[in-house]
Amino acid sequence: MMTTRFTLDAREIRQQFPFFQPHPEMRNLIYLDNAATTQKPYAVIEAVSNFWAYHNANVHRGGHGVGAKASELYEAARGRVARFINARETAEIVFTRGTTESINLVASSWGETFVQPGDELIVTEMEHHANLLPWMRLAEKRGARLVVWHITDSGTLELDQLRKLLSERTRLVAVSHISNVLGVINPVAEICRMAHEAGALCLVDAAQSIAHMPVDVQAIDCDFLAFSGHKAYGPTGIGVLYAKRALLEEMPPYHVGGGMVQTVRWDRLRWAEPPAKFEAGTPPIGEAVGLHAALDFIDSIGREAIAAYEHELTEYALARLQEVPGLRLYGPREGRTGIFAFTLEDIHPHDIATVLDSRDIAVRAGLHCAHPLSERLGGPTARASLAIYNDTDHIDALIDALHYTRKVFGYAG
Amino acid sequence: MLDELYQEIILDHYRHPRGRGELEPPKITQEGFNPSCGDEVIIDLRVEDGRISDIRFHGRGCSISQASASMLVEAVKGKTLEEAHQLIEQTLALVKGEVEADYAVHGDLVALAGVRNFPVRVKCATLAWHTLEEALKQASAEAVQET
Repeated sequence: MMTTRFTLDAREIRQQFPFFQPHPEMRNLIYLDNAATTQKPYAVIEAVSNFWAYHNANVHRGGHGVGAKASELYEAARGRVARFINARETAEIVFTRGTTESINLVASSWGETFVQPGDELIVTEMEHHANLLPWMRLAEKRGARLVVWHITDSGTLELDQLRKLLSERTRLVAVSHISNVLGVINPVAEICRMAHEAGALCLVDAAQSIAHMPVDVQAIDCDFLAFSGHKAYGPTGIGVLYAKRALLEEMPPYHVGGGMVQTVRWDRLRWAEPPAKFEAGTPPIGEAVGLHAALDFIDSIGREAIAAYEHELTEYALARLQEVPGLRLYGPREGRTGIFAFTLEDIHPHDIATVLDSRDIAVRAGLHCAHPLSERLGGPTARASLAIYNDTDHIDALIDALHYTRKVFGYAG
Repeated sequence: MLDELYQEIILDHYRHPRGRGELEPPKITQEGFNPSCGDEVIIDLRVEDGRISDIRFHGRGCSISQASASMLVEAVKGKTLEEAHQLIEQTLALVKGEVEADYAVHGDLVALAGVRNFPVRVKCATLAWHTLEEALKQASAEAVQET
């Protein structure tokens, strides 16, 4: 075992999460399914609970003080998001239900307006369905061509490859910041720069990066960026679409209805300004308040500190996973985060997950909503994914349980 | 609890599946697929004189899904359609924990009862049986056409 000194005490952080406290109805679970969703700290649960208990009202509507307070809290959450990702202005933050809705919004609103027959959309082979199916459907609808940027055998993207794929017909490059299967961190700033040079836009799926490393939309210079609250210690049902102001100005609404218009006459419609233009209907208000608290929680530790600690833990996990005979790990050795997709001997990933579950270790198994990538890798994989509350004890328990899994399935030593 | 799931019977059927393969036509083919995990079971069968005269399966997936298919093939071969329907119902009830496992009633299939402690695995154990259900619907439809 290594004797690294770790820069953060995960036990202290677990104290901030009810999920990790002893409870008569709960198993003492080692939670390694953070790429699917993270657990919630008390601060988030209390913020949401307080909102529903004491501040609940609809936003931008009521002729009463509690409505004004709810609006204030909702808009404060938007401001918090803008600061968190360093947007130029708050109006560039559109609240959605999650990453999936954010990307569907872009494909539907921007895509169906600006993508013409014969245009090209570049997607990477490692995309989650959320950043793949909207583009496949858009290409089909608009007669555009979907161009696949294939990964290397080690699970990375090569910029030289992108250079060959970009053309004057390219309208968009859609890429994940961190792959939900391979754990690889993609050079999104470089990708955006190349897309722009070719006259295309770039959308970054930040679902797996937002809680694990600094994400600065101005430094990346992406045109669109999407993420979900629930993978960042926040509630489900709230997500963010960041888009450059100029794009939001020229994009038509996604949904239409209450709260997103200025003028409605039988002969005339005038949409509200962004971001309201894209938020028809009552938005997820309590969830936005919860997201605000989640981002406060993340910054209370510090994203640089989180990235540094998770990097140490990733290095530790990589070394220990290599000790397990017959374990095959996907994704690169370097430039990656704590998302580990693997297979073990010829044991089916579902069986691995069940044996680990019997040892109170939660991992995911299957195709990870990335079927083309899974096919490229040769089928389903098991996946362990880290967050700020995991520590080396968890990794050690995982390794022990993997040895035990081999034993259950009759593999020696 | 884990021992109940991965007992010899399951691992044996997984490693040495009975009736794995495909039938030559004429045959009824039915594909079963679980999109969340990629488990796949394809059942080929032939019905003669109201009985399942031959049946094979192929596909890929976890030990539970493939062992369950192997056990199914062994259990329903030679059965009438009516008997096969009963067996499907019995087995689904067993897997979901609606009836107690009884070797006298269920035979080797008692091994599938282990999944009741692992709710996420129930769909692995039932995949082959639901696939057979669909295959029997095809068989009944063909029988109606022929009469």
